[in-house]
Amino acid sequence: MDKNPTNNILDEVTQSEYKFGFFTDIDTEVAPKGLTEDTIRFISAKKEEPEWMLEFRLKAFRHWLTLEQPEWAHVEFPKINYQDIIYYAAPKRKKELESLDEVDPELLDTFNKLGISLDEQKRLTGVAVDAVIDSVSVKTTFQDTLAKHGIIFCSFSEAVRNHPDLVKQYMGSVVPYTDNYFAALNSAVFSDGSFCFIPKGVRCPLELSTYFRINAANTGQFERTLIVAEAGSYVSYMEGCTAPMRDENQLHAAIVEIVAMDEAEVKYSTVQNWYPGDKQGKGGVYNFVTKRGMCKGHHSKISWTQVETGSSITWKYPSCVLMGDHSIGEFYSVAVTNNYQQADTGTKMIHIGKNTRSTIISKGISAGKSNNSYRGLVKILPGATNSRNFSQCDSLLLGDKCGAHTFPYIQAKNESSIIEHEATTSKISEDQLFYCNQRGIDTEKAIGLIVNGYAKEVLNKLPMEFAVEAQKLLSITLEGSVG
Amino acid sequence: MLLNIKNLHVSIDGKEIIKGLNLGVNKGEVHAIMGPNGTGKSTLAAAITGREGYEITEGEIWFKGKNIVDLSPEERANEGIFLSFQYPVEIPGVSMTNFMRTAINAQREYRGEPAMPAGEFLKLMEEKKKLVEIHSKLTNRSVNEGFSGGEKKKNEIFQMALLEPTLAILDETDSGLDIDALRVVAKGVNQLRADNNAFVVITHYQRLLEYIVPDFVHVMYDGKIVKSGGKNLALELEEKGYEWLKQQELA
Repeated sequence: MDKNPTNNILDEVTQSEYKFGFFTDIDTEVAPKGLTEDTIRFISAKKEEPEWMLEFRLKAFRHWLTLEQPEWAHVEFPKINYQDIIYYAAPKRKKELESLDEVDPELLDTFNKLGISLDEQKRLTGVAVDAVIDSVSVKTTFQDTLAKHGIIFCSFSEAVRNHPDLVKQYMGSVVPYTDNYFAALNSAVFSDGSFCFIPKGVRCPLELSTYFRINAANTGQFERTLIVAEAGSYVSYMEGCTAPMRDENQLHAAIVEIVAMDEAEVKYSTVQNWYPGDKQGKGGVYNFVTKRGMCKGHHSKISWTQVETGSSITWKYPSCVLMGDHSIGEFYSVAVTNNYQQADTGTKMIHIGKNTRSTIISKGISAGKSNNSYRGLVKILPGATNSRNFSQCDSLLLGDKCGAHTFPYIQAKNESSIIEHEATTSKISEDQLFYCNQRGIDTEKAIGLIVNGYAKEVLNKLPMEFAVEAQKLLSITLEGSVG
Repeated sequence: MLLNIKNLHVSIDGKEIIKGLNLGVNKGEVHAIMGPNGTGKSTLAAAITGREGYEITEGEIWFKGKNIVDLSPEERANEGIFLSFQYPVEIPGVSMTNFMRTAINAQREYRGEPAMPAGEFLKLMEEKKKLVEIHSKLTNRSVNEGFSGGEKKKNEIFQMALLEPTLAILDETDSGLDIDALRVVAKGVNQLRADNNAFVVITHYQRLLEYIVPDFVHVMYDGKIVKSGGKNLALELEEKGYEWLKQQELA
């Protein structure tokens, strides 16, 4: 397989200690700790936002104040003090940037360590990157190429400035700020994120990707992504992230919204590798994310593929609302937990339109003293006649101190629909390990092989560049888990 | 001497299975180990390859001038010991290509050699496939997954051909094989026989030894080698049955 040196974040990783735990000292402009209407006005003013955006934030904030943090997930963590978080941090910029020469060299160095290159070599890889470091987009590439096709791919802030009508029309249309506690919080304080608009009939010629990174101590990350695919369009979007090592827990509460119109297709891939905490369970990122796609048009399709290896706690359910007739929702997931990590993840497939179809393939891998839960809802409404769902939830256990749990919820409100659910739990057998050992493969490599084989169905759904990273990531994450 | 086993005692869960076994194998030799079920033939294979749970309570296993009893299974493999399993295990989702490439590169790494380039590896695969008459489609599948009994055994010989071990132990490779598969397996082994390697063929029946002609035949009974001889011993055994041995043992 051809590996692109500029694009393999994980290529060099060979140690079980978290490699990306370096800290870049960039002159950061930060908001004071805590969350009040003033904080929100500060963020909005910093971003030079129009009045309607500020109003949206304030409405969300006022709603958030009425909510309690939910507690139904199968995860445990100390109470978060929301007044002890810094809600805005941006690298200081002297002026608008014209070329890479003007970018802070230390920042460029961070990108290089991450393997992100913003130079023209990117063209060869066919990847356009909107690199987000601490909330503000620093540099965006390939906008020219994309612009030729009428595609808009920019930071959320830019979209608010340059495409206010589109943002107003779609922001909150899939995940309203009233949706849940963390969605309300994000809507109030979101710092930046990505915006992507694919016009009618256009097939996006590039894989779009964004790298998120938490880079300042005590800074919650509140990213917001909005993808709109107009009728007959197609886009494949990749999101990957690594975060530096921290002792304090870092809160990450993102929102991703996708809208797919008639016959549009959106493929959304994630490799999530936030800092998982150390071997004793200290530190690590709380990843509480709301991701949802709306298959608004007939024959539209939204696929979520995720490889979740990081974060001390992962709590997310990338979902599809299948509104259009004949629309399709897919969810392919590999979630790995090791040491003291906790994951409660899965999906919701809401069938509203006729003849809608959904597929769920979830592969959970637990090691160490971790807990890994699949939680999924398949809901077929009365009008969603002749709809189908297939769910397969597999769990793989390494060792005997970890836990795997499956919480499937099924609600079918008509008789013409078919729902299938399969679930398995397995362990890596000693026979398999010895077989590998006898061929000269040590136990850690063997586990990597076996786990990657187990997760293959999902890994195959990833774009090529990501698949290679994801395979390495799985092995790295499980290093030291058996001994 | 390539392999020199001295007074080997092996226990499983505290129960002694091998009770003072001696065996010497030189390069260029093929040794057959025969004997009735439950006499410790497969235990011997597991002990040589270092399988967990097979406790060596006494004795030594010398391989290439090194006592290997404290080496891990992968170290022994990387030193050049290969086991053709009696019951090869399935590893779902792991392609044969990926598996063998990982194995070959692990052994090269152990020897301080650089990884084999992908092109060279694929060429080698093609070459060895012909040797054991294995179908391309088998190597594209996951390790042993959905393979028939015969295919699994051929696959073991295919792996042996790729890894080119100094010592190959064939544990009941003939069990569950029809005569055609047996011929293919034997042909593979015979082509790999050379002056710089050796084979230990564990078998219950004499049949395999018609195709893989041994230099020495050892008969195991109750955890020990009770009789050694040339290839004719296998024939004698076939003719007279193991009862003959038991009586000799008692006598």
